[in-house]
Amino acid sequence: MIKTLQKSTWVYLFTGLMLVLLPFFKDERWFLFLMIQIFVFGIFAMSYDLLLGYTGIVSFGHAMFFGVGAYSVAITLDRFEPSFMSLLLGIVIAMAVGGLIAFIAGILTLRLKSHYYAMLTLALANLFLVLAEKWRSLTKGNDGFTFQIPELPGGLEDHRNMVIYLFCLVSMVVIFFGLKRLTESPLGKILVAIRENEQRVVSLGYKIMPYKVIISVISGVVASFAGVLYAISIRFVDTSVFAIDMTLDALLMTIIGGVGTLVGPIIGAGIIEFAHHYLSELSDVHWIFERWIILFGILYILVVIFFPSGIVGTINHKLATRKQRKKEDEQSDKLAS
Amino acid sequence: MESIIKTKDLTIAFGGHVAVNEVSVDIPKNQFTSVIGPNGAGKTTFFNMLSGQLTPTKGQVFFKGEDITKKSATERARIGIGRSFQITNVFPNITVFENVRLAIQSRENVRFQMLRHFTKYKAFADEAMSILETVLLKDRAKALAVNLSHGEKRKLEIAMLLALNTEVLLLDEPTAGMSLEEVPAILDVIKQIKEEENRTIILIEHKMDMVLGLSDQVMVLFNGEFLAQGSPDEIMENETVQAVYIGGSQDDKHTSEIGTD
Repeated sequence: MIKTLQKSTWVYLFTGLMLVLLPFFKDERWFLFLMIQIFVFGIFAMSYDLLLGYTGIVSFGHAMFFGVGAYSVAITLDRFEPSFMSLLLGIVIAMAVGGLIAFIAGILTLRLKSHYYAMLTLALANLFLVLAEKWRSLTKGNDGFTFQIPELPGGLEDHRNMVIYLFCLVSMVVIFFGLKRLTESPLGKILVAIRENEQRVVSLGYKIMPYKVIISVISGVVASFAGVLYAISIRFVDTSVFAIDMTLDALLMTIIGGVGTLVGPIIGAGIIEFAHHYLSELSDVHWIFERWIILFGILYILVVIFFPSGIVGTINHKLATRKQRKKEDEQSDKLAS
Repeated sequence: MESIIKTKDLTIAFGGHVAVNEVSVDIPKNQFTSVIGPNGAGKTTFFNMLSGQLTPTKGQVFFKGEDITKKSATERARIGIGRSFQITNVFPNITVFENVRLAIQSRENVRFQMLRHFTKYKAFADEAMSILETVLLKDRAKALAVNLSHGEKRKLEIAMLLALNTEVLLLDEPTAGMSLEEVPAILDVIKQIKEEENRTIILIEHKMDMVLGLSDQVMVLFNGEFLAQGSPDEIMENETVQAVYIGGSQDDKHTSEIGTD
């Protein structure tokens, strides 16, 4: 098991390195922007996977953390001078506010049964959306606002997009390995047990609520950070960051990639973002490609029916079955000889 | 005889239906006590109040003299009351090994560690494997619990209970739904646990032969009421017990099966 773990870690590190080198070969603006979106949504979807895939919590309001992150950094950089100190302050505020909201919402709502919790998070996220629309003095309402990000030193300013690309990539890799360790820790194992059978977890002597609150805070902080990166990458923020679409995107990415796998949501983010880009380009060929969301709906239904464990889940399952079969063959060979 | 669990007027009503009515009993320490009774006697409900899954409408539960009526199921598991469930209740989509390892982790109080890799706790893994060996499930350690046969799941239930290493073990029909071939293996495991020192076992069972063979004490519930308590022989000779549900002649008594809850 440790051997395969190490192997997979090498694969992840190698892929990360390839991604670091990628912009040196292909540095078109649209491509870098697309990759940045994948990294940002990869982080966002991973934070969603902690809830859905590992703990079995279905939230329809995950966009609130993303939105809080985006607005916190945007407002900080807009109100103060666009320096690195302001950026750092914005990131700290984003993560602290995201974590605090997750904590309060968690304490108040996580006792509820799953579908009630899902409904309540949807309502909470909508509350934030309305707040962002109405509190115009702070958020400029539906119009949103652009803001400056700090100027990079020396010649780096000419390669600003590449620096943002690398910053988002490194963030994604660090968060991936951090969350991977978390899910493979004793606490992570309890989360999975909670997903599987809450009553049994209680009778083993664990309390459920602290775990749900802890994971919801960690997930909220990570989602807020994804919101920060999103705002920085487009240097603009509007109320769409609080929209239900954001949560649905994360849900779609997680389910297509594979729930409870962490790497799955990143792959899911890649597929959705690339498909979005190329399908939109095909709009000249047929009008349906302009309505790419219809195609995603169909894709979503097909995945849920035929690959309920998503891409990574299905591959893992196939590998495990093959390994098991090989072992059985070896055993029967041994018996035969 | 020193008692470890004591109930006083333990009562629970669901709406108008009184499922357990004023049951006051002493469960002796380090003894094997069986709880028997026909369908709907309130055996599992009584168990649920001992383990904290249900809160009584009236009455109290004491553990080593301390009133634990208000304590949650989690707290009771921590102070030493572990239980298995009548309907198999394991973690389905994780491995058999991991099911047991989680119980050991709880016992060892490793609850909020999120930075160390779980494989660093090697002693837990070794112990989990040794417990699986005890319940004859070692070969199935890597299988997902959902893929186990019914009998194997019941063994896993017991393995998890053993891993918790609680002073009191509440076994809710450990052989329910098992084929005849599977029963002896579970019985062996239960006998083995019984031999260990400082173990109080309370068992709900409807296989009469098994109860008589294993128990030091038998307790009878009927329609939610306490009927009798005593050694297996005393219970078999108790006229009230016979009148209530063994009913027939003395010849029948060893083969009768008392219904489940």
